[in-house]
Amino acid sequence: MKIAVLSGKGGTGKTLLSVNLAAVAGESTYIDCDVEEPNGHLFFKPDQIRSEPITIKIPVVDQQICDGCRVCVDFCKFNALAYIGDKLLIFEEVCHSCGGCVLFCPLRALSERDTVVGEIRRGYSDQVRVASGILNIGEASGIPIVKGLLRDIPAGTTFIDCPPGSACIVMESIKDADYCIFVAEPTLFGVHNLKMVYQLVRLFGKPHGVVLNKCLPGENPAEEFCRQQGIPILGKIPFDPELGTINSEALIAAREHKGWKQVFQELLQTVMGEVRRETASHS
Amino acid sequence: MIIAVPVDDQSAPNTVCVSFGRAPYFLIYDIASAANRMVHNSGASGQGGAGIKAAQTVVDGKVEAVLTPRCGENAAEVLRAAGIKMYKTSGDSINENIEAFKKGELQPLQDIHPGLHGQGE
Repeated sequence: MKIAVLSGKGGTGKTLLSVNLAAVAGESTYIDCDVEEPNGHLFFKPDQIRSEPITIKIPVVDQQICDGCRVCVDFCKFNALAYIGDKLLIFEEVCHSCGGCVLFCPLRALSERDTVVGEIRRGYSDQVRVASGILNIGEASGIPIVKGLLRDIPAGTTFIDCPPGSACIVMESIKDADYCIFVAEPTLFGVHNLKMVYQLVRLFGKPHGVVLNKCLPGENPAEEFCRQQGIPILGKIPFDPELGTINSEALIAAREHKGWKQVFQELLQTVMGEVRRETASHS
Repeated sequence: MIIAVPVDDQSAPNTVCVSFGRAPYFLIYDIASAANRMVHNSGASGQGGAGIKAAQTVVDGKVEAVLTPRCGENAAEVLRAAGIKMYKTSGDSINENIEAFKKGELQPLQDIHPGLHGQGE
């Protein structure tokens, strides 16, 4: 069972929610797909870390063989190749590693080499298997790392901590999820961001629900939006200075205090009930 | 000398395009013969690498200098590899910029921006 946690912007509480849900779920898997700024490991502090480099394939040209026919230049839909002054130029950061240029080169002047773009670190924190993706600074796309993270996930409950927003990397993160949880803030801006991920997840046809975070007494535009749209509200997390403090110290609230443990246990129960109900009706 | 200017439209009257890579057309102008022609920039509507494609188009037009308000780093790399010099336009009039270039009044383009890659991907 793969549960993706996402939101339209950073700082809504994706990591807070996914870390704490995994912590109360017993034996489970937590995957940090926010490869540009992974922070789940700061909370879990996993041990027995194993590291695995992630590579992509980049074309290299043998200028001696290349005769400038430009088949590769014309083929590349991303315009990663240019032929200038009897030389083929390759723009690595524009390349999407499709391999087409290598395949189509009539003279076999192109070949591929592996380039490291980041790594995956896997470890354990109590009963939680923790996997974090790390994109090297300066690299253009974290998608190869997300693909690596979501390959061969062990059976059982998995929480996927998504990158913020609704771009390609988020789509890659939720692609194989069985259920999506939105985390939303109680402001108009929060509604705007919620709409982005709501539209995306509907496009993917994934069952979904929302957790309203930072709730204060009084009006909650995000809650109103959910009621209008008929989005199931899985739970509410209060705007609480104690929770904020625990979180800012990189501690897991559900492991620190009984009260918070209970909050997230109840939330997990609701989520799992909803996941079972939805996946049963979708299958 | 053959020069290229990114332009907004194929028809006259016309203005200098604010972008190099995403310009829909290039005006290719031969100063010696005053001959000019419009070249479509097929990279303009592409998903990415617009600057690279645009620069390739300009290089293929045997251009020796580009007059543009701005230029991204990938396009600049292609233009430099081809030995094409870049000059910064002033205002959006094509004719005035060409005249200024002929008089040597346009400054070399210094600030190459890091590109707008990956936005919306």
